[in-house]
Amino acid sequence: MSSFGDKSLIPTSALEKPVFPRELEDEAIYIMREVAAQFERPAILFSGGKDSITLVRLAQKAFYPGKIPFPLLHVDTGHNFPETIEYRDWLVKEVGAELIVRYVQDSINQGKAQEESGKYASRNALQTVTLLDAIEEFKFDACIGGARRDEEKARAKERIFSVRDDFGQWDAKRQRPELFDMLNGRISVGENVRVFPISNWTELDVWNYIKEEGIPLPSIYFSHQRPVFERDGMLWADSEYINKDTDEIPFEATVRFRTVGDMTCTAAVLSEATELDDIIGEILSAEISERGARMDDKRSEAAMEKRKQQGYF
Amino acid sequence: MDILRIATAGSVDDGKSTLIGRLLYETQSITRDKLEALDSASKRKGLDFLDLSLLTDGLIAEREQGITIDVAHIYFSTPRRKYIIADTPGHFEYTRNMVTGASNAKVSLILVDARHGVVEQTFRHFFISAMLRIPKVIVCVNKMDLVGYSQERFEEIKREFEAIAAQVQFEGQSIEFIPISSLYGVNVTKKSEEISWYTGPSLLETLEAMDDQIKVDSSQAARFPVQYVVRPKTEEYHDYRGYAGRVASGTFSVGDEVVVLPTGQQSKIATIERFNEQLEQAHARESVVLTLEKDIDVSRGNMLVKVGQEPVQHREFSAQVCWLDYQALTPGKTLLLQHGINDTKAKVLALEELIDVQSLEKSSSPSQLKLNEIGSIRLKVAKPVFADVYAENPANGAFILVDEFSHATVGVGFVHA
Repeated sequence: MSSFGDKSLIPTSALEKPVFPRELEDEAIYIMREVAAQFERPAILFSGGKDSITLVRLAQKAFYPGKIPFPLLHVDTGHNFPETIEYRDWLVKEVGAELIVRYVQDSINQGKAQEESGKYASRNALQTVTLLDAIEEFKFDACIGGARRDEEKARAKERIFSVRDDFGQWDAKRQRPELFDMLNGRISVGENVRVFPISNWTELDVWNYIKEEGIPLPSIYFSHQRPVFERDGMLWADSEYINKDTDEIPFEATVRFRTVGDMTCTAAVLSEATELDDIIGEILSAEISERGARMDDKRSEAAMEKRKQQGYF
Repeated sequence: MDILRIATAGSVDDGKSTLIGRLLYETQSITRDKLEALDSASKRKGLDFLDLSLLTDGLIAEREQGITIDVAHIYFSTPRRKYIIADTPGHFEYTRNMVTGASNAKVSLILVDARHGVVEQTFRHFFISAMLRIPKVIVCVNKMDLVGYSQERFEEIKREFEAIAAQVQFEGQSIEFIPISSLYGVNVTKKSEEISWYTGPSLLETLEAMDDQIKVDSSQAARFPVQYVVRPKTEEYHDYRGYAGRVASGTFSVGDEVVVLPTGQQSKIATIERFNEQLEQAHARESVVLTLEKDIDVSRGNMLVKVGQEPVQHREFSAQVCWLDYQALTPGKTLLLQHGINDTKAKVLALEELIDVQSLEKSSSPSQLKLNEIGSIRLKVAKPVFADVYAENPANGAFILVDEFSHATVGVGFVHA
């Protein structure tokens, strides 16, 4: 866009010196410790994406030299990128954490969730069912998620300690005021809290943090060759999970993923970025927001808010 | 890189959303897909311009009613620093959300419509900024294009605002005035020829120049609330006992003599750790782990302070309170009081005063404190609270009140002198 502001404001220095505001790490560690202290059975919601990878590092730091005092919960849609699962299993070993996996397929088999049909069928929304069941099964009273307020406008409104009712529902109008650093996690039986320690981080903050901390990432974040096809102006990984039209013909391309979710809703971007510096450079000059490559948010203007009301994280 | 936290509030249609949109736009913080989504949403509403308020009004109910209900957090950065804007509602009925949004802010942005001048919400927002002791207030006199960029009008509003502000402004709180047109981008990130009589900095330049207000005052008394006790009980760290927490105020150094509150036991700081790093000092707002030389009993809710800097032990005290709940506060009520991370039962002994945020009139011994009202109350606590006076040390002088049964946060308080 030619009318797009003044280029001199782009923080080019970002690539040369540490730019991650450490205050955000201090804040997130403080939140992690409040979770451990205020709740009996917390869990980290782990998807294998960069945000939940960041959460694991923060939890490690918060309790060092002790171990992370809560398990990682992965709600597996069954439509994951294999690289993500490989990374997940490596990370769990590396940090000595406990991993709990619950499968959307099981929810479908039990008749609690129904597979979507048609071209845009995705299991993204079905995750909510499996998540709420897992919360009930393990009696989790707090689930730590990697959602950020900069991602999406409904998320921009959510508190750090976000109380959910018996059905996991979020009521935007009845949120507790959150003042100073004082977090109130008191809940009644049946309620649980979603906790967002990196609420105040932006996509760029996460990347800068990963770079400065030297945290390893799943390979799909970096440029690689894979078969893709084009739909709605975006590139999708060719997989058996997506219902392709006959004219949607796969081809090889050099791509990477900016965000990692279900294969049916996460699009790839053409990229030659093989290092974190390249990725950060791409984000600084990107014209499309992170969730612009997420089909799940494009369903309607209030897609995220509606999913959150249902219990999505 | 540091962070500047900003709170904005203003009345409906004063152009607050447009100002924020303009800031984001000119610092290139809106991506093309978001602009396109904004464009199509604006068209669906039948508008012939880009409705930037759709960027910040993220809830269905807000878009329905065209007003801001809850705080939205908005982010942008420049090469100099990262900015967090808490965009808070201006309506009286959402005062509690205004306080929520402003509680962490170092600068308060108040918008005034150049045509209408100072209105009710303007003063309420300023009152809250003073109550919270936000060090800097920037008054953006917006829509200057609609008053012909008139210097007289700007000066008139400035005088009017200053006269009202003087009643509640605290020593050290600075107020700046900037004539702005958000719609045309005048004085938002850059100056413009339209206002040649204005020689001051633009809004962004003013924010970029803020340094003193961001720096944490290291001379404040050192306070370390213990959040969590780290006891790995592993082979390697068999006897390790670390006290994890975030320094609330001041600075702690290795070797400092400290007192544990409330027990009064003393020891010296043996180490200050941050993950696998050993530090010499820990400053305000840093999350660290302290270990002590002596093996004494310290648990969550205790506070470490330096010998000679002990805060007052309160059993009964007065505080200014903003009531945040639909059910009014009445004398005799028992609540939970959370001071930092520590909590205790508290009983409201008396409602001492009610302040009319508009007229500044005070009435004594009100019968109740209703939602969004601000007053003074006297509290008795079940176990001692080690709070500082809010005006001297905000990080250790505020508390929240929690309903014992609903668990909702129903009030916020500031300890008086």
